[in-house]
Amino acid sequence: MADRQSVAPPIAPARTRRLLGHAVYVIGDNPITAIAFALFALIIGVAVFGPLLIPFDPLETNASRALMPPSLDNWFGTDNLGRDLFSRVIIATRLDLMISVAAVALAFVVGAAMGSAAGYWGGWIDIVTGRLIDTIMAFPLFVLAMGIVAALGNTVENIIYATAIINLPFYARVARAEVRIRRDSGFVQAARLSGNSDLRILALHIFPNTLPPMMVQISLNMGWAILNAAGLSFIGLGVRPPTPEWGIMVAEGANFVVSGEWWLAFFPGLALMITVFAFNLLGDGLRDIVDPRQRT
Amino acid sequence: MFLEVDHLAVSFATRRGKVAAVRDVRFSLAKGETLGIVGESGSGKSVSAYAIMQILDRGGQLESGRIQFDGMELNRYTNREMRDIRGREISMVFQNPRAALNPIRKVGHQIEDVLRRHARTSASGAKSAAIEAMRAVHINQPEKRYHSYPFELSGGMSQRIVIALALACDPRLLIADEPTTGLDVTTQKVVMDLIAELTRSRGMSSILITHDLGLAARYCDRIVVMKSGEVVETGTPDGLFHAPANAYTKRLIRATPRGGIGIGDLVDPPRQAPQRPAIGAPLLQVRDLRKTFGKGVNTVTAVDAVSFDIHAGESLGLVGESGCGKSTTSSMIMRLADPTSGEILLDGRSLTDTPASRFARDPRRTSLQMVFQDALASLNPRFTARQSIADPIRRLTRENADGRTEELAGQVGLPVELLDRFPHQLSGGQNARVGIARALASRPRLLILDEPTAALDVSIQAIVLNLLADLRADLGITYLFVSHDLHVVRLLCDRILVMKKGRIVEEGDAQRVMSNPTHEYTRTLLDAVPSLPNLKI
Repeated sequence: MADRQSVAPPIAPARTRRLLGHAVYVIGDNPITAIAFALFALIIGVAVFGPLLIPFDPLETNASRALMPPSLDNWFGTDNLGRDLFSRVIIATRLDLMISVAAVALAFVVGAAMGSAAGYWGGWIDIVTGRLIDTIMAFPLFVLAMGIVAALGNTVENIIYATAIINLPFYARVARAEVRIRRDSGFVQAARLSGNSDLRILALHIFPNTLPPMMVQISLNMGWAILNAAGLSFIGLGVRPPTPEWGIMVAEGANFVVSGEWWLAFFPGLALMITVFAFNLLGDGLRDIVDPRQRT
Repeated sequence: MFLEVDHLAVSFATRRGKVAAVRDVRFSLAKGETLGIVGESGSGKSVSAYAIMQILDRGGQLESGRIQFDGMELNRYTNREMRDIRGREISMVFQNPRAALNPIRKVGHQIEDVLRRHARTSASGAKSAAIEAMRAVHINQPEKRYHSYPFELSGGMSQRIVIALALACDPRLLIADEPTTGLDVTTQKVVMDLIAELTRSRGMSSILITHDLGLAARYCDRIVVMKSGEVVETGTPDGLFHAPANAYTKRLIRATPRGGIGIGDLVDPPRQAPQRPAIGAPLLQVRDLRKTFGKGVNTVTAVDAVSFDIHAGESLGLVGESGCGKSTTSSMIMRLADPTSGEILLDGRSLTDTPASRFARDPRRTSLQMVFQDALASLNPRFTARQSIADPIRRLTRENADGRTEELAGQVGLPVELLDRFPHQLSGGQNARVGIARALASRPRLLILDEPTAALDVSIQAIVLNLLADLRADLGITYLFVSHDLHVVRLLCDRILVMKKGRIVEEGDAQRVMSNPTHEYTRTLLDAVPSLPNLKI
């Protein structure tokens, strides 16, 4: 690897600059992508700097200020225990994002490895992984996630595992298809003639070329993973009160919508919606950026 | 004049602003005439034709110019008005017939679609009209083929369907854009003869767009030569080829392989062909090689009892059409695939003892290397030229990768500053050089050249062929040149093998096979290649 890196430096800056220039062009061409990137930056910022931004302790209860509508003091109002909703929505960002990023990362690593191996070697590896994926896909995915969390126990880690498992088939399928179309391509044969072993060909020659479509899949999947984590919390699995988490907050607030206290469910729901929306739009934008046909 | 194109200018909107694709193009076409538009890739020959049909790609725009077709000013027509012209008055045959046909519709139905769009037939008569159109392009059993899907047809058959589609409504002008590129030479002859016969019998005019001077010489009444978006010369084939006025036309003719010339005559200025290495002992011996695919009744024999020797320093040509087994043979010799039976010996020692899957670690891997057909596809899109060339040096040798890479770049004439570029940033010729440098990296003794110039323009092909001849003289490498084109093979090879349906049907000295073929198939191949007359310019 060391000698490979010695080659890399002169290329890297030019390459980064080109990619940046291309990204700027795509964003300029399509303002929706710009909005998506802005929202994405905002969400990341809130997740990282959340604790510095909040006016109140998200766990501090105050019975005298329960169920206050949005005001200048409490921008999003307060809940039935008098906690500041704005602070809770902000603090929840980090947890929700962490769950989904960890779940998607896990699903990506395991799914891509399985799919790549299946696509490259075929044969029994393909059959075994294929049936495994079919089995996962045969369940209603959310019900499967519920079952996993219920069986393994009500913890954040288990939500991550459950979300990762139900997302795994998508990565495995994309990776398998993308590896398969390149398996017998000219550059792979050339790599074989250059004395590369199968594993090296797969890891260093084929897999990097499958990354662009995988990136798009990741971004689209992120929104879904967030929704899934929040959904599990909503039905009472996973994160437990009083931890601020969007799903629980929506679930708790739902009881009060009927009596007119709409803000309890509305603001965490809005945060959830904006986040999912941002990741989906980002996926479209990323597809444009990585699509070579846009590069003319 | 029937068709007159005047001051045609087309530009494409790109990220770096407008780029002019063609400028001030003018040509005309009389009724019943066949006009050839000849040029290398990027010369604007296709764009000019697309402008007539107003089917430019996204971002393409007709900047100026007049296109007069039988009294109609097509350049003023709206897209809606053009729809009635396309297919009925002017129609087109595209390069890749598979891509031009809808893969999930029966070919008969696709012909019906065109007929009905232009109200040439009623719903009830459509089927018989479509079958009639298929009969016109000499498709056997059109009633049966009517129900075929494009994937069930061979390339040549698909192209006939496309021609049937184009001619279904009796257009008065047919534009054929590289109609035979990608087809075998014998199929090419059948397809071109068919187009010529049909246009003549129906009194149609036609435009043939091609990169192949020989094809244009054989089938066109008049030829327009284009370069970089401009017309450089117009004339009749005889006049143009015997007394080309333009320097570029001269260079193009010079670079086209043809009878009676040596490899040095392809380039400008002509040069002495480099020395051929002395021929030594047998390097590679192929004994009764056989390869079958499938099992039971579905067994297909791709290579059938093939035996031959290659001597050290010799260049052997392996010629045949697609599906003849030449690629399977070369991949078995390269140890990318295992033979079903038979043996391959290098220096008298068996290569086939080591299975292909484990050959990457065999010390003899360095001795056998290959230059691939499509240079661009054979380079990892995420590797720079330097990384691509360095890969075999790191894997197979103990040499210093950086120094050796630059030495190889020098050998193949690739400027060192291009080494840090990616394949899509290099031209076709430069990518071909990267592919050759990579193949030479491990100092191989036998190099298989698998149609290394098939995807290149003739002028680049001339340079690459000369480069290969130089490398052979300098390094004393043995070549196995796999190709479909006898004229190209002859330029580089001492001996030629002709393959057909997995068997070798003719073997002999290159000059002898070309001038006096013994097997009928070799004769058919030679006749099918449209070549330029023996010219001395």
